[in-house]
Amino acid sequence: MITKSNLYRKEKIYGYLFILPPILGLLIFTLFPFVYSLYGSFTDWDGLGQMNFIGFDNFRDLFTDELFYKSMYNTLFLMLGIPIGLVLALLLALGLNRKIPGTTTFRVIYYIPVISSLAAVSIMWNWAYNGDYGLVNQFLELFGIKGPNWLMDKDTVKPALILMTVWKGLGYTMLLYLAALQSVSRSYYEAAELDGASGFQMFRNITWPMVKPVTFFLVVTNIIGGSQIFTEMNIMTPTGGPEYSSASIVFYIWDKAFKNLQMGYASAMAMILGIFIFIVTLIQFKMNEKSSFDGD
Amino acid sequence: MSHSQRTKVTNTIIFIVLAIGAIVMIAPLLWMLSTSVKEKQDVFALPPVWIPEVFQFGKYKEIWEAGPLLSGIKNSVIVAVSVTVVGTFTSSVAAFAFAKLRFPHKNKLFLALIASMMIPYPTVMIPQFMMFSKLGWVDTLLPLIVPGLFGNVVMIFFLRQYLLSVPDAIIEAAKIDGSSYFRLYSSITFPLIKPAVAAQLILWFMGIWNDYLAPIIYLNSPETQTLQLVIANFNATYAIQTDYPLIMAASIIALLPVLIIFLIFQKQIIESVAISGVKG
Repeated sequence: MITKSNLYRKEKIYGYLFILPPILGLLIFTLFPFVYSLYGSFTDWDGLGQMNFIGFDNFRDLFTDELFYKSMYNTLFLMLGIPIGLVLALLLALGLNRKIPGTTTFRVIYYIPVISSLAAVSIMWNWAYNGDYGLVNQFLELFGIKGPNWLMDKDTVKPALILMTVWKGLGYTMLLYLAALQSVSRSYYEAAELDGASGFQMFRNITWPMVKPVTFFLVVTNIIGGSQIFTEMNIMTPTGGPEYSSASIVFYIWDKAFKNLQMGYASAMAMILGIFIFIVTLIQFKMNEKSSFDGD
Repeated sequence: MSHSQRTKVTNTIIFIVLAIGAIVMIAPLLWMLSTSVKEKQDVFALPPVWIPEVFQFGKYKEIWEAGPLLSGIKNSVIVAVSVTVVGTFTSSVAAFAFAKLRFPHKNKLFLALIASMMIPYPTVMIPQFMMFSKLGWVDTLLPLIVPGLFGNVVMIFFLRQYLLSVPDAIIEAAKIDGSSYFRLYSSITFPLIKPAVAAQLILWFMGIWNDYLAPIIYLNSPETQTLQLVIANFNATYAIQTDYPLIMAASIIALLPVLIIFLIFQKQIIESVAISGVKG
């Protein structure tokens, strides 16, 4: 006879069985390496010999390491692309939210760079930025402007990377904004129109507050993603660019860990990156708690 | 001007702006395509030649001999297919358990999984590398495959949310009928969530196909490299010889599979992205 408690015991066993793989994966591939990395950041780990505990030496060294500051600064600088991308994407989404022909086609075209392989588009942009015959300078020439050698100049390499990352991510941001705009009820705008509100007033008082959660989500995820930027510089400026001016923090970690075998030092940097991302994520969670989760 | 006329004018202007924007977005990729079928001297022509007089498809033949492109494709397929097929299975079974089965500490364990998303790959990549190197797995595809087989937290989260909207009554009824737990998943839940699973699977596939950081850490020899590394090496090797048609042809080959998948499933993909993003 199947009793209720018997049934429940079976359900318990199967429940644990079904979630076992991801929980094991979490322990083996995330938690254990994380703790190890934390420990490693306090050692002179070189990946080959012994790990000697050296306390905060790695962190102290980091604060006097010019290249660490530089790669941090570069990473933060490249995040200037985030607000640019958000504004452009919102404008595009507002346009696409109107009754105009071809919206599906536009959505697909704007989204194609998002799904394209980052390695392939990095190669393409690498060439587009060529000073002599790159697409960008050929375009500028139409207006009689002589463009620089974008990736070879420390003043232009970062703007060039920003332009590329905005291009790559625009479709994704636009799509999320569009989805948010489409969930805003028409009746708000109709009511506002009857009250004689201007287009700008409607944007400020209806649209902007309604898309605020999406803006916040995008800012947070873009900061997290942006702080891990790597592929672009690895392909376009394999040595870190002129005067290391395009190396990101992950580029520097990779360089130290796998090229110089300074695993301990690189782990210390990885921890700082981890703490940064942890704080950003925590802010998101706190803000999410505040904004009402309506039912689902 | 009347209201409707004004709307018409505004819409026309917006249409034109969107169209120009779309051209700017797609132009670099079209340039890539056009370059891949050009003569070498046309590449540097001023003003730029967008449509070459004669289409040279020779580079698409040459690339197969110029580098390990075929083995790159094979390696990428092996990694992406094995991870997504097995990983989707483990993820969807786990999502089912988290959404529909009752067992102690369920929510705490789920929260632990979600919290693990806070730990970014760069912070765990060094010990992971040492771990796999101790196992002798460096320069094989295993470090890229094995972690994925244990499931994907984003997918588990997404499918669990999706399953919460499936009424418990269906599951309870089948339970009373004495159906096994695995059958509950395979014959009742899975068919209901198939569209969500498909969209997530495709997104994951694209992510693995396009991944660069993990492959560059683990793979050294040309014959083990994934497609993305192979084309990056094409770039490093042939840029010196300014053989851009060759590099671009190889890059097009790297883009093509995901582009085709995207164009076929664009509706589901776009919807899935929009839902997961907006609900954040």
